[in-house]
Amino acid sequence: MSDILISDIFFILLLVGLSIPLGIYIYKVMTGQRVFLTHVFSPCEKLIYKMMGVRGESEMTPKRYAGAVLALSGLGLVVVFLLQLLQNLLPLNPEHMKSVRWDLALNTAVSFVTNTNWQAYSGETTLSYLTQGLGLTVQNFLSAGVGIAVLFALLRGFVQRKQITIGNFWRDLVRVTLYVLIPLSLVLAVLLVSQGVVQTLSPYVQTTALESGAAQTIPLGPAASQIAIKQLGTNGGGFFGANSAFPFENPNAFSNLLQLLSILLIPAALCVSFGKAVRDSRQGRSIYAAMLILFILCLAGVTASELSGGPVYGGVTTAGSMEGKEVIHGVGTSALWGTATTAASNGSVNAMLDSFTPLAGMVLLFLMQIGEVVFGGVGSGVYGMLAFVILTVFIAGLMVGRTPEYLGKKIEPFDMKMVCIVVLTPALFILFGTLAAVLMPQAGTWLTNTGAHGFSEILYAFSSFGANNGSAFAGFNANTVFTNVTGSIIMLVTRFVPMVAVIYLSGNLSGKKIVAAGEGTLSTSNALFVGLLIAIVLIVGALTFLPALALGPIADYFTAVR
Amino acid sequence: MKRFWKALRPVLVCFLIMTVLCGLVYPGVVTAIAQAAFPAQANGSIVTVTLKDGTKKEYGSALIAQEFTKPQYLIGRPLGATNLNPAGADEKKKVQERIAWWHGFDPANTADIPLDLVTASGSGVDPNVSPAAAEYQVARIARVRGLGEDSVRAVIAEYTAGKFLGFWGERAVNVLKVNLALDGLI
Repeated sequence: MSDILISDIFFILLLVGLSIPLGIYIYKVMTGQRVFLTHVFSPCEKLIYKMMGVRGESEMTPKRYAGAVLALSGLGLVVVFLLQLLQNLLPLNPEHMKSVRWDLALNTAVSFVTNTNWQAYSGETTLSYLTQGLGLTVQNFLSAGVGIAVLFALLRGFVQRKQITIGNFWRDLVRVTLYVLIPLSLVLAVLLVSQGVVQTLSPYVQTTALESGAAQTIPLGPAASQIAIKQLGTNGGGFFGANSAFPFENPNAFSNLLQLLSILLIPAALCVSFGKAVRDSRQGRSIYAAMLILFILCLAGVTASELSGGPVYGGVTTAGSMEGKEVIHGVGTSALWGTATTAASNGSVNAMLDSFTPLAGMVLLFLMQIGEVVFGGVGSGVYGMLAFVILTVFIAGLMVGRTPEYLGKKIEPFDMKMVCIVVLTPALFILFGTLAAVLMPQAGTWLTNTGAHGFSEILYAFSSFGANNGSAFAGFNANTVFTNVTGSIIMLVTRFVPMVAVIYLSGNLSGKKIVAAGEGTLSTSNALFVGLLIAIVLIVGALTFLPALALGPIADYFTAVR
Repeated sequence: MKRFWKALRPVLVCFLIMTVLCGLVYPGVVTAIAQAAFPAQANGSIVTVTLKDGTKKEYGSALIAQEFTKPQYLIGRPLGATNLNPAGADEKKKVQERIAWWHGFDPANTADIPLDLVTASGSGVDPNVSPAAAEYQVARIARVRGLGEDSVRAVIAEYTAGKFLGFWGERAVNVLKVNLALDGLI
């Protein structure tokens, strides 16, 4: 018990300590300042721009920026889709995986391009090494890079005055990939291999079981390189079906710590980068504080429920709830992982969330439903939280009857429309997706659990789609044409509609002048504002989702436990 | 058409370059380093035993559970993941069945059964049991093998991983390694 508390405090201190230098580093990279890797990558960067036929210093309007984001993502979608359909004809397929069915291939392609990484398949029985490496690993990088690029486009909107451009997408994407994502992934991947994560192109190994003498197949593959970016880029898609619960993805306590840190590292660092970019570190600190407070509250809830909410059996020792958990991770770091991955939009698991106690499952659901703004996805977490910040400033402005302003920019009707799109699109699609699914006559056959917990499985799936998270209550049989197709549509809309809104918000902010803060200006960097921001996030989430949660985890708690 | 190509060129070229960098060069470099520096881990931590006649035999991976059912072996957690609601009726039934199995398997043992032995893991192939789950089985293993309990405990202790930094994660006993050691194979 006390070890769990020490672990959680240790983890949070380590995370905050590492995120500050990394945040400053990312800020320098994205604003073109010299960093220690500049002399290594600068020639490479210039060569890439030359081959692309773009000038790195040319600027884009919101329309062109959004066009570039959508074109690159669209191309990625087509390529990953085709790789899966044709993998039986392509090389690097030692286990002779068959062509993937169209609806599953579409779902998987959309899922990885949108940084969701929902998986209705098990990697070791469905995909060739080529599909995993050339298709999925590349999208793990690109979808993360796109998110960070769009965040920096938004930040330019806050600091520029009277301009119609918001930066260059290609420069943003190339820089973050070269200087941040690839070097960090390389270091993490090698560390993970040293702990026992597999990394090979050899076929699966046949061995003999000790007691029975029966043949045992050991699945292998180039896993570590994909797992490193899966965690750093808040992707979460496992190389193997059981994700980071599978020992070859996450073999021991140390590999678990490394992965947990990398899940939250870049999203947390981007709060620091934000403060630097708007030239007021206190602004970064206040959204970091709001995220951290929400995170700690949720972590406490999940851990408490997992420690004490499980059933007690006569003749068995009590040790929290161990169903679906690995011995080596136990209740403590499994609860921490569940909270971290649903806070950040990272779909990986190191324990089966379907087997979490009802109230712990509710906290995980809620973290996704509030729009992945507690650290959230790389880039998308901070821009999602900034939408809530503007909403908070707006509501506070209404209360005192003053034109709201944030960072010297007046918040006007167009800005509020974009903010509403960012905040409401995921909520709308989560609820209507869930509704469509429960109205399907065959919905009951997709479930492992019945009753309220069965409804939670469906609600969780559509929350995961709509929040671009990717984790699952894995008892839900997701590989059906209905779920694959509706899931694809929801993931696409909830990723790109808010993203384009953010780009246009940036363009609109960019065109405004900066007004000096006056006496009546609401301070956005003090404790009062942090409290107000947290309250707005919780109220919007609760108003939208409390009825659905009451039918799922809350009913589950009262029927099953009590 | 020319304008279309001009707009499309950066998209295509960027995608191609990123595919080469992130999909070929990066995994290639990781694979090369992994195979050079950590070949055993990178290839699945396979347990290779040299038998008395000098031949080598591969007994699975140290990280993937195998089924053990005989009384002379340390028995691991139930295989396969369930995804069951821990508070639900299906889960209660399964756990009660497992409790009954343990009581039938070793009627002399009246101690409380450690929770991890009657619940399934997330991976379904958890290679470890808790130290308490190993201790629960010491008397039986010693009796069946005609060994002293302390020598069984010594083997278990040798293959028990501690917490990282003394507090992070949980202590865990590797079932396959303990059984290989009990059989005198490693």
